[in-house]
Amino acid sequence: MSSKPSTLFDKVWDAHVVRKIEDGPDVFFIDRHFIHEVTSPVAFLGLKTRGISVMFPDRTFATADHNTPTINQHLPVEDPLSANQLKALEDNTAKYGISHWGLNNPKNGIVHVVGPENGITQPGMTIVCGDSHTSTHGAFGAIAFGIGTSEVEMVLSSQCIMQPKPKKMRITINGKLGKGVVAKDVPLYILSQISASGATGYFIEFAGEVFENMSMEGRMTVCNLSIEMGARGGMIAPDETTFNYLKGKEKSPKGEAWDKALAYWKTLKTDAGAAFDAELSFHADNIEPQITYGTNPGLGTGITKNIPLATAVKDGEASYKKSLAYMGFAEDEKIIGKKVDYVFLGSCTNGRIEDFRAFATIVKGRKKADNITAWLVPGSHIVESQIKEEGILDILNEAGFSLRQPGCSACLAMNDDKIPAGKYAVSTSNRNFEGRQGPGARTLLASPLVAAAAAVTGVVTDPRDLL
Amino acid sequence: MAYDKFTILKSTAVPLPIENVDTDQIIPARFLKATERKGFGDNLFRDWRCNNDDTPKKDFVLNNPIYSGKILVGGKNFGSGSSREHAAWAIYDYGFRAVVSSFFADIFKGNALNIGILPVTVSPEFLDKIFKAIEADPKAELEINLPEQTISILATGEKESFVINGYKKHNMTNGFDDIDYLQAMKDEIKTFAANSAY
Repeated sequence: MSSKPSTLFDKVWDAHVVRKIEDGPDVFFIDRHFIHEVTSPVAFLGLKTRGISVMFPDRTFATADHNTPTINQHLPVEDPLSANQLKALEDNTAKYGISHWGLNNPKNGIVHVVGPENGITQPGMTIVCGDSHTSTHGAFGAIAFGIGTSEVEMVLSSQCIMQPKPKKMRITINGKLGKGVVAKDVPLYILSQISASGATGYFIEFAGEVFENMSMEGRMTVCNLSIEMGARGGMIAPDETTFNYLKGKEKSPKGEAWDKALAYWKTLKTDAGAAFDAELSFHADNIEPQITYGTNPGLGTGITKNIPLATAVKDGEASYKKSLAYMGFAEDEKIIGKKVDYVFLGSCTNGRIEDFRAFATIVKGRKKADNITAWLVPGSHIVESQIKEEGILDILNEAGFSLRQPGCSACLAMNDDKIPAGKYAVSTSNRNFEGRQGPGARTLLASPLVAAAAAVTGVVTDPRDLL
Repeated sequence: MAYDKFTILKSTAVPLPIENVDTDQIIPARFLKATERKGFGDNLFRDWRCNNDDTPKKDFVLNNPIYSGKILVGGKNFGSGSSREHAAWAIYDYGFRAVVSSFFADIFKGNALNIGILPVTVSPEFLDKIFKAIEADPKAELEINLPEQTISILATGEKESFVINGYKKHNMTNGFDDIDYLQAMKDEIKTFAANSAY
């Protein structure tokens, strides 16, 4: 008997429904739960208030990342509020027996970097965290998405959340990316085409040659930004690239368990003829290095283009003009050549080894521009070690750059890494919202290559001119 | 956290006719350092509400005494961005019980429902009518009727229906939350977990 063609998303989702509530959400089982210091303390407080406990402590993993310093991590954290949050995470995880990779632990780093690099993230899993960029883990063919603190409390206490099933969208991109065009440019391009709310209500599957040919690091960058399209998450079917990445990772299955897992993982793909609620397709030839000029990630364009006229964008005219006024930009201006003050390489979007390799290809043999302050923040201690082992640190140092210590850093500027008011930052992170990188800060989102080109020239520069 | 039951809310409303109001605007990250849920209302829309020296920005709607009420009316794609529930807490703690928009970001909508704020999705045309009614009279009242799933502009009598699933509606009208529900099915979850592939 042949069964109905099914999507990757449906296969994983349906395998995790504990109970369907009529005219309501599904009771949805969570395989892996990541927590960090900012969105978990109130959830733990909730457990205490209700007198309930953690149901499966070994399914939750904690790391400190959002509110940690990126220099002098061996010293006590100066800000008392931040220190208090870190202490709360330490105490709460110890109380309930949850694994905790705190500051100075060799496994510490950004939650969406350390999960995959230690093999915690695996195909077919459901993964949540009180952080919207949990969508990153979809790169492995997992259903992964961000949740609120009430839901963190639900997962801690029952390993489930109540979740209505989203609609399904497939975005297919065939062709081969051109020189100087990297993984980050792909979702930024999609965002410029569909806007920051173009996929709201959907879960995305990314398909086609562009994603098939990407490394796991690149796929993580793509899925990371699916939330910026409004989607709850995005996923890519696991393949040999995925399996090779996972083989031998600390928490990956071993021996017979590996063979069994692999056999299952190989079934995790969308069947021919399976239906989506929406299908979009683009071609790699139309994607050049991207950069944003506005205050939401949908307001971006090819780096050689001019800032669009208000009449050409999907946002309302008033909102668009407010956005350009905040940025100090005008309609129809060129973006190339705009002065830059700060460069930020890092975050769960672009804080992996491949991003540092890309940055190094451009800065090698060049010097940091005098007007640039550069913050280079590895996503984890493991990434930091790789940077050193591969000789990338020497290249960076020689070009006048130094490396900071792992954490979310200037992506959300919760710690001291704040871009000053009015200054322009070319940032490899994920959000260019007003004040996101510090009150009054102006963010231009781009790839590590575009960031490196700005870092050595001091202005927005097409990286293809330097490759 | 238990919250107040929500049935019928009749109130004036605060207009915020801006699109893509993201959670970093609703509550900037530097105010997320608390380990308890208190004091977030003070920092609602902090950087739109206050200058760098903490003095109020006179042109921002929350600083304008002619606007008040328990309903916040926002432009399209309200609540985009981060999953921080602190954004919903800030709105609730400030005193709002409902947010009206033509389009909500998914995570914000879920967070709002989980803490007792009703997100009401209306058509772009009806949203425009609400903004016009408030512009004409800042004391114009709206009525949100959850049992009947309607929202009305009382001055003109214009009314529109909104969608909410039966489960969430039942929770909101009774002040129940999901954790109560999940605690009651722990055995079923344990059986499910025992058969899990991971």
